[in-house]
Amino acid sequence: MNSVLKAASYVLVHAPDMVLHNGTTQTTEKVVNPGSDYLKTLPQHLRGFDQVVAYPPNQTYIGNLSPKQLGELEQPFFDKPVENATRQGKFGEILPQDEFLLLFQACDMFDLVHLDKDFVAATKPALEQHPLMDAFILGRIREGTAMEQVERFVKEEGAEGLYYNGRLVGYIKRAHDVDANLSAHVMMENLASKASAVLALKHLVKVSGIEASQIDYVIECSEEACGDMNQRGGGNFAKSIAEMAGLPNATGCDVRGFCAAPSHALVTAASLVKSGTFKNVAVVAGGSTAKLGMNGKDHVRKGMQVLEDVLGGFAALISENDGQNPEIDLDIIGRHTVGTGASPQAVITSLVLTPLEKVGMKIQDIDKYAAEMQNPDITKPAGAGDVPQANFKMIGALAVKSGELPREGLNDFILNHGMVGWAPTQGHIPSGAPYLGHARQEILDGDITKAMIVGKGSLFLGRLTNQFDGISFVLKKNEGKKEPSGGASKEEVRGLIAQALRDFAASLS
Amino acid sequence: MSLLNNKKVIIIGDRDGIPGPAIEECFKNTQAEILFSSTECFV
Repeated sequence: MNSVLKAASYVLVHAPDMVLHNGTTQTTEKVVNPGSDYLKTLPQHLRGFDQVVAYPPNQTYIGNLSPKQLGELEQPFFDKPVENATRQGKFGEILPQDEFLLLFQACDMFDLVHLDKDFVAATKPALEQHPLMDAFILGRIREGTAMEQVERFVKEEGAEGLYYNGRLVGYIKRAHDVDANLSAHVMMENLASKASAVLALKHLVKVSGIEASQIDYVIECSEEACGDMNQRGGGNFAKSIAEMAGLPNATGCDVRGFCAAPSHALVTAASLVKSGTFKNVAVVAGGSTAKLGMNGKDHVRKGMQVLEDVLGGFAALISENDGQNPEIDLDIIGRHTVGTGASPQAVITSLVLTPLEKVGMKIQDIDKYAAEMQNPDITKPAGAGDVPQANFKMIGALAVKSGELPREGLNDFILNHGMVGWAPTQGHIPSGAPYLGHARQEILDGDITKAMIVGKGSLFLGRLTNQFDGISFVLKKNEGKKEPSGGASKEEVRGLIAQALRDFAASLS
Repeated sequence: MSLLNNKKVIIIGDRDGIPGPAIEECFKNTQAEILFSSTECFV
């Protein structure tokens, strides 16, 4: 039987100071053009926490707005705050930066992160009120250190500063004197990814209602690499996240594939459960500090606020078929293969049309497609266009080309089978995965019966190949528990053996 | 395609638009010399 999507969780971490100090657009600018107007004016373009919470795409990400409700708003979204918006959502939450810094320190197992003791004292009470912060996490938060030490490590020891509201409040030091893979910069990226993934996984346990001890396996699918000079990228984020999230019976591994990694991980998880290897597999990813403010120059140039100010995280629970939750149909798997080619038409054909044709389905048989779900508020001012729209257009164009859709039906196809994007441009985060939670709900509510999740990845950025990549799968309404057909039950086998033995015994007499 | 004779070309493709290899294909039957081609990701 197919496995099911039992739950999905989503978290955002407001990280305005990390935009300034850790986003690669900004860190690069500091090297090549340190006195630039951009760097001078950028702080004035950062949003406050309340603005981030009230931002409609963020409310959609954590489940408080549906994709349909977001689509009914006129773009741009940044000047249309959601009234009475809350940081808690149906699928997760938006965590403020100060609370995140404490979680970040708690996730550090090697005494690398040190926070100013006054900052800890001021922030800890808020985190203690957090319903998901258990004794294990809270017990790991240290009292903090003197500000003189914080300043000394940042100035003299190559530590990366940790900031809150423009003020230095801590540091993360290097984990090795000479190994670049354990530098303060790399440890910052990896720990931020780990901590935001821990938050997503804690939410997954909550929203799914599963006992944490029942999760057997965790697949982590971010875009960071953890390891040392002898095994850069050795891993294992997954187990470190499971440890912090309190999953005593889980092991796991990391799956990589740039933005396509979540889809690869979900197909792998579904296969592991369907095969009976594991009963409950969690797929999880944290956020990317490097991508914060990636398109900030264009946003500032256009007088906008910098919208790439959150780390994204998500988690999904793939479990044995319960007869209720949507199934992951492993008979419909789209793959961008080595021989597929790079043109947008070839890519979408391999990921959408080919797997559907294989099972006799048409493009319009899928109610909703989720490909690249980047928020157009972020990408349009930067000249990258409306990415989800471009994907749906290409899928619709293939439906026209194959003769199942009249040319004049293309716009309606995009409206009916597509969605407006709401995900932050955090690489792996927007790629299909943001729709899992909403898709599950819409299928359970009977609004749709089938959704296709499409992950696409830019492998060429690693400079090992010019290949693109992608993988897709279909989430569909549960068809109910079915007994396996074509095989005999244990009782039948026992009966057959007993009969054979009786016949054999009879033949001897 | 005389316009492209003796021209040197640098190609920056967009993964969500037209990728580098697809643009390269368009230059194959011309006299242009491709110095560099890559695809970049802006999201």
